[in-house]
Amino acid sequence: MSERVLVKGNEALAEAAIRAGCRHFFGYPITPQTEVAAYMARKMPKIGGTYLQAESEVAAINMVYGAAAAGVRVMTSSSSPGISLKSEGISYLAGSDLPCLIINVQRGGPGLGGIQPSQADYWQATRAPGHGDLHVLVYAPNNVQEMVNLVFQAYDKAEEYRVPAMILADGLLGQMMEPVSFPEEGEIKQHDKSWAVTGHKNQRKHNIVNSLYLKADELEQTVIERFQRYAKIEAEETMVEEYLMEDAEYAIVAFGATSRIAKAAIQQLREQGLKVGLIRPITLWPFPKQAIIDACDKVKGFLTVEMSMGQMVDDVRLAVNGRKPVEFFGHTGGIVPTPAEIVEAVKEMGGAK
Amino acid sequence: MAIVYQKPKALSDDVLHYCPGCTHGVIHKLVAEVIDELGIEGKTVGIAPVGCSVFAYNYFNCDMVEAAHGRAPAVATGLKRSMPDNVIFTYQGDGDLAAIGTAETVHSATRGENITIIFVNNAIYGMTGGQMAPTTLPNQVTQTTPYGRDVATAGYPVHVCEMLSTLDGVAYAERVSVDSVPNIRKAKAAIKKAFQNQIDKKGFSIVEILSSCPTNWGLSPVDALQWLRDNMMPYYPLGVYKDKEAEK
Amino acid sequence: MAKMTVNEGICKGCGLCVSVCPKKIIVLAKGRLNAKGYSPAEVTDQSACIGCAMCGIMCPDSAITVEK
Repeated sequence: MSERVLVKGNEALAEAAIRAGCRHFFGYPITPQTEVAAYMARKMPKIGGTYLQAESEVAAINMVYGAAAAGVRVMTSSSSPGISLKSEGISYLAGSDLPCLIINVQRGGPGLGGIQPSQADYWQATRAPGHGDLHVLVYAPNNVQEMVNLVFQAYDKAEEYRVPAMILADGLLGQMMEPVSFPEEGEIKQHDKSWAVTGHKNQRKHNIVNSLYLKADELEQTVIERFQRYAKIEAEETMVEEYLMEDAEYAIVAFGATSRIAKAAIQQLREQGLKVGLIRPITLWPFPKQAIIDACDKVKGFLTVEMSMGQMVDDVRLAVNGRKPVEFFGHTGGIVPTPAEIVEAVKEMGGAK
Repeated sequence: MAIVYQKPKALSDDVLHYCPGCTHGVIHKLVAEVIDELGIEGKTVGIAPVGCSVFAYNYFNCDMVEAAHGRAPAVATGLKRSMPDNVIFTYQGDGDLAAIGTAETVHSATRGENITIIFVNNAIYGMTGGQMAPTTLPNQVTQTTPYGRDVATAGYPVHVCEMLSTLDGVAYAERVSVDSVPNIRKAKAAIKKAFQNQIDKKGFSIVEILSSCPTNWGLSPVDALQWLRDNMMPYYPLGVYKDKEAEK
Repeated sequence: MAKMTVNEGICKGCGLCVSVCPKKIIVLAKGRLNAKGYSPAEVTDQSACIGCAMCGIMCPDSAITVEK
């Protein structure tokens, strides 16, 4: 690890990707992720890498598809409306078993929405990042150091399982400055890339990168095999942080920037004698449902806090399966919930007020 | 006796799925012959489109990638930027290249991406059963222009080579035809030049190839080639539209 | 002395080779079909073949080999 330096979240994502071996960045400008692209534009030419500003997000993600097919570490970053455009390519990446890293620094929607921080792409990231039966690995950091660490993690797991990975950040984290230390490049794990289309050099049969299977049974079998990989990811790669859950009577469930605010609210609640803890999913897909199931045995209820109209709350309710009350509190459109609002929302649960 | 003509090595033994007399097969063969003659099969990566030639990835023996509809030039960009010493070509039809993929085509061209594009223009959407293409001729009857393409409502055909030749990033753009043996020979020379340009790092090269679609034109294979000569060649004149080398 | 051979199994009987043969010695077989149900191209007079390969060049299915 390098010495600690003060870095803005968006730039930390970019620098971490470079240190993780990414030499190819394809993007299209959109607020609030422009620092990622600008950083790449400054750095890539100096280290023999590619920064390419595409004609659209659609083109950018298909450039990612091409570079991923070549077996290199590649990245694109965008924000919500841009991710919608990339969803076509994300589906093809997933259907062709290609690893890559996609950053979504979320803003409010739908449509053009706004440019303030948001978590309203939870459904998109975890339910339908593209058409068809597919998942992408989704990581949700809540501080700048974790943004750095999860870039390395995302590349490593994307390559290990041959799936696209996404870091779901938001404008708040993207603009946040915190001290971080970067892992060194030597710490990168190498994965098998014998599937890559690098030219067969007259030494092997040709490789084909493809997602087309016109025979129904072949397509079903391919998808079933992919879902067996997904099952392994769910079993082995789920990440979650539990904070003050040992004695908690209520659990707040929050991810990303909102989880930081939730922690501040929990401090205030505990000072007032209410035992509240936090379950923070770090992977959104796979969702850490076991942590929720385990908590059902000890808490009286769950409060999900999100910067949306309530999306992750669906996954919490699925895990709780009716055994305990699950409430939602949030703001959308770019309004950030305050600790005081969260304190009030917890107190309202189960007549605790 | 020595063999003077046979199937090129860069073509696989898979039986082509194309309709009888479809000249996609001729164009596949020309590309494969060029790959053989340049000795580049081991470092070539081809990109198949969406359309009739979607299964091109099974037919070429080099490494292959299947792209989303229209995105082949973007995929080619990603591949080429990752592996500048490999040879990257796209094989695209008119709907793929000149309708849904227009942006990818124009911008890979204007960036001067050092790639080779094989563009098959048969003035119709073949795979989906004969709908209007961006290159469908005025008054041409298709499934979706049952009264003939009315330019007042359906607009005019896109002249791809003419359009791309206005861009500084394009090194080479030529329109050829595979309607006859002499024209097939010229088409092969153009394809070879488009690959050689890439090897010589000269930049974006496109060969537009007028091709037939007997099934959806409703003609016999021989009559389809006559229709191509009588109708397409006057509207889409053959020739070199841009050659940076020759301009010097 | 030249020879043109059709790989009948992959011939689709499109007739393009027939249309370009300068010696008019290629026909589509009458009264028989290949496994795919097409009437394959066949040579009527092999001794008249000049090995120009125009049939092969025109064949979309790479079904023709020409020797000379």
